[in-house]
Amino acid sequence: MTDARKPSSFLTSSVSRRSALKGLGATAALTAAPGFVRYAQTQSSAPIRIGFQAHRTGIGASYGRWYERTTAAAVKAINAAGGINGRPVEIVTEDDGTDPARGAEVVEKFASQHKVDLVYGTLFSHVVTGSAPAAGELKIPYYVVSEGYHVASGKLNRWVIQPGITDVRAQCRSVAPWISQNVGKKITMIYPDYAFGHDHRDFFAPAAAEQGAEVIAQIAIPPTETSFTRYFPQIPAGTDVIYHVMVGPAVLTFVKELGEFYGGRGPKLFGFIDSLEAVDMKSPGLDFLEGSHFWEGMPRYLQADASEAERAYRDAVGLDENGAAANDPRDVSTNAHMFGCWETLYIIKRSMEAAGYRGIEDRQKLIEATEAITELEEGVEHPQGPKRFDGKIHQVFGVQNISVVENGKLNVVHKTAIEDGLYEPEADYTTQSF
Amino acid sequence: MGFGPLLLLASLEGLVTAATLALMALGLSLVFGVMRVVNVAHGEFFMLGAVVAWAVSTAFAGHPAIGFTAALLVAPLVVGAVAFLAERLVLKRLNYDPEATIVATIGLLYIVQQLALTFYGADARPVQPPFNPRIQLPWFGYSGYKLGVIAAAGVLLAGVWFVLARTRAGLVMRATQYDAETAQAFGIPVGRVYAGVFALGAMLAAVAAVLVVPVSQAHYLMGRDPLLLSFVVVIIGGLGSLRGTVVAALLIGLSDGIISTLFFSPTLAKILATLLVALVLVFRPQGLFGTAAR
Repeated sequence: MTDARKPSSFLTSSVSRRSALKGLGATAALTAAPGFVRYAQTQSSAPIRIGFQAHRTGIGASYGRWYERTTAAAVKAINAAGGINGRPVEIVTEDDGTDPARGAEVVEKFASQHKVDLVYGTLFSHVVTGSAPAAGELKIPYYVVSEGYHVASGKLNRWVIQPGITDVRAQCRSVAPWISQNVGKKITMIYPDYAFGHDHRDFFAPAAAEQGAEVIAQIAIPPTETSFTRYFPQIPAGTDVIYHVMVGPAVLTFVKELGEFYGGRGPKLFGFIDSLEAVDMKSPGLDFLEGSHFWEGMPRYLQADASEAERAYRDAVGLDENGAAANDPRDVSTNAHMFGCWETLYIIKRSMEAAGYRGIEDRQKLIEATEAITELEEGVEHPQGPKRFDGKIHQVFGVQNISVVENGKLNVVHKTAIEDGLYEPEADYTTQSF
Repeated sequence: MGFGPLLLLASLEGLVTAATLALMALGLSLVFGVMRVVNVAHGEFFMLGAVVAWAVSTAFAGHPAIGFTAALLVAPLVVGAVAFLAERLVLKRLNYDPEATIVATIGLLYIVQQLALTFYGADARPVQPPFNPRIQLPWFGYSGYKLGVIAAAGVLLAGVWFVLARTRAGLVMRATQYDAETAQAFGIPVGRVYAGVFALGAMLAAVAAVLVVPVSQAHYLMGRDPLLLSFVVVIIGGLGSLRGTVVAALLIGLSDGIISTLFFSPTLAKILATLLVALVLVFRPQGLFGTAAR
């Protein structure tokens, strides 16, 4: 080619001062147009999006189903009352499969794809432990409803908060006095061999010792175990009480086999209702439980002295007086735990209002507003009971229920006080950076 | 608890495991022996049997024995039909190629598992045993139903042996196993034999599931561990050997029960079972009762 290429027209042209001024003027006029004003209003009216990390599949599916129903009921109630800061709440649900690796992926997906305001709802402690680092890295608030001590331990990060359900350490400290005084002093523990079970293992023995009782054996069982008889010979002959807490698809087998092994004799039982969450107390093979005791976060069966707030909560979620779905008596709930979803969502509401939350740039303010909470009164927002929140350890404290099995139903025989569960904090998240 | 009673409990638990494992592994071994196909979806046929058992047994009100008996009859038929269809639609089209059928049955595994999750759900659900008298021994109580499982498995194993060894259908299967091409030359419809064997293998898994589901619960993920243990049993016993499968199932089941109970470590039991597999593969690849390749 012999033609010399001319410089591009862009380089040869010049923008005159006059046309530049015209452009600036047009831009200013456009900014003042009604569309922009409406857009700005639209932005502040946009839904608050909460990423709900649900165990829809895997070994925690029963809890996941009921956590989801409780969440839907709470959101419905909040939106009916005007939402949060005048904005409706929208739930975006992802299934973590009750798997720690998928849990971390789900948190990342919430942050980068769904771009939610915060993540919420996880129960199983190994999933929380697997997911929390992702929340810290992505700087997204992570409100868990887990029960594990790992939040209060200070080992996670400042973005993780547990404001709606008590932790195992507090639960152990609360029930130890009653067990020691009413059931027996030589205790054998049976627990699942993972983070949640380890909390029971580590915190109940010292609490029992303070009451003059003694844990004489601790039996760990893999969380996915399906056959339990082989473990029972490890229970020492001198046991007064078997303290049991179990999770997984085979909880019913665990309790049934315990009954087959001991029959009507053998040690007394004190269980956490986790061993029978979502399981009908009238299932065949459970007759031997008559007279034994269970811890319940919230009573499964509607008690005669239940508060109006508790009754309203049960109606909203769709529970009958036996703690099963109103439209399916075989669909037993996880009522001892799922109240935590309802209460956590109201904490989120309260925190966002206190922080004047507008968008993801205010996430840090949201955490700080939650950390500032102290007392929570029993009522519509907190139907399980009054609570005390410790912002330094990101953990709430509340009352616990102890129930006895009578005629195949659970009746509350003791309610602990908040003070019973308090312990010396081992951490202070507020000194950590965001 | 003394050593004697402990060993008794361990043996009882081991026998229950061995009983269901024998039926389960026998199905897998039969399929491999006759078809040379490794059915990775075998565990899901087990799970499907449990799920169908739940569906059938809950459809019957009245005494639990009625629902259970119906489940024991219906579940194997349903699972067998599913397996038959899978064989005709998938394996046959792959000409039973060893590598291709492994991949195909892996796909089958996920299809069955996800369909169960979709239609049955993610919960574990109980099936009532037909009977469950509690048997009180001096040291501990035991489930009468579990003893029934051991007895039922024994009867079923005897039945399978009789069919394979003493009936024309068994003769046809053995002939096909020995030399498929020659069998075809003698007029045996090899394709239909393969379909029947695949269905029979799945039916055995389903029966094992129906027997065990009143002890554990029906859950969409329950097929994995039985599959792994079945592979262990089939490898140790010798591929295609009925006798080897039964002996290996007893060996693995009892050792699992005894090691788990005596040493309080189910993990150790699995470690030793896996070690045994490794030793067999290295030193006696044809298995305890298998015959070396010509």
